[in-house]
Amino acid sequence: MNKKYYGKVIFELSRPGRQGYSLPANGCEDALAGLPSDLLRTKSPELPEVDELTVVRHYNNMSTNNFGVDTGFYPLGSCTMKYNPKINEEMASLPAFTALHPFQPSATVQGALEAYYTLQQMLSEIGGMAEFTLNPYAGAHGELTGLMVIRAYHESRGDMKRTKVIVPDSAHGTNPASAAVAGLKVVEVKSLPDGTVDVEALRPLLDETVAAVMMTNPNTVGIFEHNIPEIAEMVHACGALLYYDGANLNPLLGVARPGDMGFDVMHINLHKTFSTPHGGGGPGSGPVGVRAGLEQFLPNPRVVKHTGDNGDPLFHLDFGTEKGPHALGRISAWLGNFAVELRALAYILSLGRDGLKLAGTLATLNANYIKESLRDLYELPIDRVCKHEFVFDGLTDKSTGVTTLNVAKRLLDHGFHAPTIYFPLLFHESLMIEPTETESKETLDEFIAVMRDIAREAAETPDVVKNAPLETPIRKPDDTAAALNPVVTFADL
Amino acid sequence: MLERCGMKSLEELYSDVPESLKLKRDYELQPQMSEKEVRDFFEELAVRNQPLTCFAGAGFYDHYTPAVVQSIAARSEFLTAYTPYQPEISQGTLQYIFEYQSMMTQLTGMEVSNASMYDGTTALAEAMLMAVSHARKKNRVIVSATLNPIYREVIDTYAHYHGVTVDTIPEVDGITDLNAMREMLAAGDVAGVILPTPNFYGILEDYTGVADAVHAAKALLIMTAPASTLGVIRTPGEWGADIAAGEAQSLGMPLNFGGPYLGYICCTKALIRKLPGRIVGATTDADGQRVFVLTLQAREQHIRRDKATSNICSNQGLMALYVAMYLSLMGAKGLREVNELSAAGAHYLANRLVESGAFELKYPERPFLNEFVVKFKGEVKLADFVEVCNSCGCLPGVMISDDELLVCVTETRTKEEIDRYAWRAETFSKATVPAMNNTDMSN
Ligand SMILES: Cc1ncc(COP(=O)(O)O)c(C=O)c1O
Repeated sequence: MNKKYYGKVIFELSRPGRQGYSLPANGCEDALAGLPSDLLRTKSPELPEVDELTVVRHYNNMSTNNFGVDTGFYPLGSCTMKYNPKINEEMASLPAFTALHPFQPSATVQGALEAYYTLQQMLSEIGGMAEFTLNPYAGAHGELTGLMVIRAYHESRGDMKRTKVIVPDSAHGTNPASAAVAGLKVVEVKSLPDGTVDVEALRPLLDETVAAVMMTNPNTVGIFEHNIPEIAEMVHACGALLYYDGANLNPLLGVARPGDMGFDVMHINLHKTFSTPHGGGGPGSGPVGVRAGLEQFLPNPRVVKHTGDNGDPLFHLDFGTEKGPHALGRISAWLGNFAVELRALAYILSLGRDGLKLAGTLATLNANYIKESLRDLYELPIDRVCKHEFVFDGLTDKSTGVTTLNVAKRLLDHGFHAPTIYFPLLFHESLMIEPTETESKETLDEFIAVMRDIAREAAETPDVVKNAPLETPIRKPDDTAAALNPVVTFADL
Repeated sequence: MLERCGMKSLEELYSDVPESLKLKRDYELQPQMSEKEVRDFFEELAVRNQPLTCFAGAGFYDHYTPAVVQSIAARSEFLTAYTPYQPEISQGTLQYIFEYQSMMTQLTGMEVSNASMYDGTTALAEAMLMAVSHARKKNRVIVSATLNPIYREVIDTYAHYHGVTVDTIPEVDGITDLNAMREMLAAGDVAGVILPTPNFYGILEDYTGVADAVHAAKALLIMTAPASTLGVIRTPGEWGADIAAGEAQSLGMPLNFGGPYLGYICCTKALIRKLPGRIVGATTDADGQRVFVLTLQAREQHIRRDKATSNICSNQGLMALYVAMYLSLMGAKGLREVNELSAAGAHYLANRLVESGAFELKYPERPFLNEFVVKFKGEVKLADFVEVCNSCGCLPGVMISDDELLVCVTETRTKEEIDRYAWRAETFSKATVPAMNNTDMSN
């Protein structure tokens, strides 16, 4: 990463009359002039006027102030920042996929439909579910879709009283937020000191008004919810369904399946477990799977497989006519973030059944290795074997005044991305570390050494840590000023 | 490494998982493939796709993507980063989102924009939720019948579960029945009004006076347009809309069989705290330099949980980079030319199709930009004509009924392609089906 801050905005490079495009003439007569002028805009949009080289340099320079997985270690807990293999990019960019219009007849998109269908089948096997839809665009969109599926299921049974969703206090913010968008009320259930859901606190909350219980397993502190069979039984006994937030599926690859644990509906974040790049915030993909009996509620359109006249498989799109009257309708324009789905398919093919299992296990090993290597200096609130991630509650020595935020910022000076901080909300100084399986022992050891150095600095020269970062392209921004007086466009600068 | 963890085997890492839950077999998946085998697999799939010369739109547009866009968007500093939680090492992402927001407000004529939504359909659905949340006690939204039916379906799904009532403003002769809209507003229970421009049939509707009527009823006006058209058409801002939400795929994103795209959502400053998703703002750092950060996060799910304005977390960040680069390269002039070429091609094709005798314009009196509806007049079926076109490598449009075709022309269509399409229609109007199938229409 370039330590020199670039900082220009493209509008500032604009010079009247410059242009960065070329378009073909089609020789047809202008038609805009014939349109009623009050249906056209009166003033041109104020967009930059720049040549191609200026555009290229501008964005290239900007990119050098950015940190990605390809730059260095990115132990951002809950986000599974594993390496994104380059072959996946290339396969998703094949023109025979990128140039397809959704409304093409199915005979001309058999390869695309088969790719979708194949991934859907693979995820069903991995999740232990009967069927998947790949249409949701991200994890939160998957949660929303899954909760709608659950509501559709209750409605189909005439069970209209179920208006509540129970989520653990350790849940990611999207869980309660998705419930609210789906029109459900949120009830929180407490966690035990060991980070798992308190079964006894859950029991009295379960009644005929509960539509679903949402769980993440391993949960957001990286601990496997070993009581899950009992919880599933309780949830089903009260007539509710159990939802699996699949953000943390990575460590369970090849080891255990949500479907076998009693979950009824789940989503998977392809941009986490299945290595599709995070793109500075997206696009992701949040396929939703359901157990047998719930397939009819999945959203449209769906990819269906038939056998053609010659015995070959034939794929086509179903808009709800084949699966009965209960389908959700649409939750997205078409088949989701299709090009992201292609990347995940390439990833699963590359790893195969054994590679996937090894990935999950090594992710778990890497996390435990870091945890055990730092626990003497950082406070470990839950002392158990973790899965792919774990949480420290800040430095053990709280007397220095050095906070989790300070530690995170000091890591930036050393060329690492910071872990997730101040989440989950169970602890005051949460520092959530997820190394993933794609990091070597050498990288982990470097990280461990730097974390130990920071702990020593916190004791010896705390101001150095408190003033971090010092080596990054910019220094600490004033967030308060940004929120007090929001400047969100160039026109307002 | 195991030793440091006090373990002897990898299995011990899973000692906390009850035996009864463990998968006692291998996944039923293939063994791992080498990179070459993965490539072969995809190339074999690709052979069974046949991209067609595209005269279809209906919300998905075949515009040209300049080489710069995909070349730079592939830079791993952008591609392999995540949400810019650490602004000190994320200025690249933050800056392009700021540029994207600035450009989208220029296009829509609105004051503020968020960093992106998943797609146009979900952006519009969230705009509906904004209106309902803004109105507090009202939960009815009215939507023009001229809205793209795919958008309507997504809105209906969100509305059903969120407890919002969606009613349809009827259409007359291809445009929104504004008298009916006024009557519906008079009930006083409407939180938001959703209107498309151009509408699903490609028609530019005249919404004069609409914003006043909507605001008089204390409702919000939500408008949606394919983003590229905003380079020339009257903007939601100029019509007096409170929220503009829709699809930005037309700004440099390949068709990609439906995604990834980008939903835009822009609004007035008064509504900024109701916006869903990420917003980037400018501020200064400890050295006094102008820098960019995620701001107004108190609206978002990670802080407000079930009280958040939306559940969106991951969005379509990288596609905002597509838009920023596309609009930088094109500028206002290039975007205008894209629309000029598209409209010129569309009007030319519309005339040729009418002249062919096979079609008539469904709405001959209505102004359109680059998309229009034709009605098939032939003895045989429209579906047969479409099939013949398909077999010649052409997607002639989207059938919106048994005898109606929604046709779109963009700047990527050449005169030759348009002429060939028209010629096929001419030949078709003169021929019977069996003759058609024997005619070589591919030249
Ligand atoms: C535990 C958990 N649940 C849900 C989500 C939401 O997923 P997405 O960002 O893909 O919408 C996340 C993502 O950060 C997560 O970590």
